[in-house]
Amino acid sequence: MDASENDRAASRTRALTALANERWRVSLGLTIAMMVIYFGFILLIAYNKPLLGTLLAPGLSLGILLGALVIVAAWVLIYVYIRWANNYYDRRIAKIQAGEL
Amino acid sequence: MSTTLGQFNPLAITFFFLFIAISLGVTYWAARQTKNTAHYYAAGGNISGWQNGLALSGDFMSAASFLGIAGLVSLNGFDGLIYSIGFLVGWPIVMFLIAEPLRNLGKYTFTDVVAYRLKQTPVRVASALGTLAVVSFYLIAQMVGAGNLIKLLFGLEYELAVVIVGGVMLAYVIFGGMIATTWVQIIKAVLLMAGTLLLAIIVLSKFGFNPIALFDAASVKYGATVLAPGKLVSDPLDAISLGMSLMLGTAGLPHILMRFYTVPNAKEARISVMYATVIIGIFYLLTFILGFGAMVLVGQDPIKAIDKGGNMAAPLLAEVLGGDAFLGFIAAVSFATILAVVAGLTLSGAAALSHDLWVNVVRRGHADETEQLKVARAATLLLGVLAIVLGIVFKGQNVAYMVGLAFAIAASANFPALLLSMLWRRFTTNGAVASILVGTIVSLVLIYLSPTVQVDILKHSAPIFPLKNPGLVSIPLSFAVGIIVSLLTTERAAADGFDEVEHRIHTGEVGWGRDEG
Repeated sequence: MDASENDRAASRTRALTALANERWRVSLGLTIAMMVIYFGFILLIAYNKPLLGTLLAPGLSLGILLGALVIVAAWVLIYVYIRWANNYYDRRIAKIQAGEL
Repeated sequence: MSTTLGQFNPLAITFFFLFIAISLGVTYWAARQTKNTAHYYAAGGNISGWQNGLALSGDFMSAASFLGIAGLVSLNGFDGLIYSIGFLVGWPIVMFLIAEPLRNLGKYTFTDVVAYRLKQTPVRVASALGTLAVVSFYLIAQMVGAGNLIKLLFGLEYELAVVIVGGVMLAYVIFGGMIATTWVQIIKAVLLMAGTLLLAIIVLSKFGFNPIALFDAASVKYGATVLAPGKLVSDPLDAISLGMSLMLGTAGLPHILMRFYTVPNAKEARISVMYATVIIGIFYLLTFILGFGAMVLVGQDPIKAIDKGGNMAAPLLAEVLGGDAFLGFIAAVSFATILAVVAGLTLSGAAALSHDLWVNVVRRGHADETEQLKVARAATLLLGVLAIVLGIVFKGQNVAYMVGLAFAIAASANFPALLLSMLWRRFTTNGAVASILVGTIVSLVLIYLSPTVQVDILKHSAPIFPLKNPGLVSIPLSFAVGIIVSLLTTERAAADGFDEVEHRIHTGEVGWGRDEG
């Protein structure tokens, strides 16, 4: 291996490590967001039952609405991740593999 | 109201045999495609993201979800929904942290990932123990559920029902391996979603297609308390402990993790979690309708009269809405639901025994394909027989509770080691083994010391450990032990291997068909 090949390999490794760190930041950030939403809901169940029993309309309690919204929040976070992964992460990986970065 | 549940129902039996005939046909076809271990454990990596999304749904939505949650909601209202939501929120965690790296790093089991840059023997032995503990608890829940269900639906003896489920499942898994298991799970997911949707639409048609009108009818009939949190989660710490186990347990369930090896690459793994989360989320939203529908249209007393736990709420609702034919269809769907989950569980347990223990520990990675397949099938048979025995021994146990415990063990034994092995350069063999063993043992011991075992089963006056679910203690402890033991030991080879792990997590290069050893 000559010097320039070594350089290329080293810069490839650096680019990959940077992207790896970025991926973990996004993943852990989204994980924490999901945990805050879900445990927020659980803590309300645990410590403020009357609030969740408040009726917003006949038949619709705050608890049922928030429960359904937790499921919707899971979908939204997954959508955010898929967008990021398809539009950014996959392209960066392809560039690194092609030796462009 | 009068019901034909528990009596001979020719339509139910017809649907039931139709499903078995079709699924055995699929197994015959799959058996002809199964030529090596990659086919047997991972369907050759030829399942598409969309197909795997359906199969993941079929693998995950167990009888505890369909019958158990509908029953809990019908009897407790809002409290039952806590389970619906908890079972779903694990999926984003699987998506963000686990699915793609797992697909790129491993071959057949999640242990492949943990053991990747660590010493094979200790990690594989510890991890196989963790896997088998989770699989056993989960199998008990499914087999006990199957026995009760078939007894109630078809009027068969409990023991005979358990043997039938075990026998049919063994036929799928031994001959058809992952290919048959995948298609049984796909067929089941479609049937379950169709049955649930149909039930929900008919229920909603009685309330002007307005779910809020349905909830209102429930609160008029049984009081506004059914729409608010109540006595099912009385202790705040218990609620948090159960929540932690449900959320992190999904990412440690061996039969779910194994499914990511059936797709060709990480991108398909990502797509499969997306479809699974959408399908499972819709399903759990529909359980709101089914549960409250059964509460209003069947009534709590008739549901409790058939089964105290409420597990027959969904079939009873089907009978009220569509008579014998609909009851028969929903009964057969429930049966298919259990079979598909049991098949996935058995296959993942067999992979731990044969791929992790036999091939990589006993034979040190040197076993030819014929031997590996033979051992895999023998391990499947062993686990199938074990499932039947456990189902009969644990007759009468609470199904949803056992599933909650399986999630707690998965979240404590498997999830911390799996995450740390992919994320942390300093993680060592000793750290991994300590984390897995402490997670498994502490969660089992705390379950034994919990109110459920000490007070409800052993009839002692007070429990030694106050929480019903061990997750709040065992999950952080497993992380802490893994980190501390790793910091106290140094393992150059493990740290040096991290660059390769990182490279492979992201590029997937040389990921497929890599020789273990």
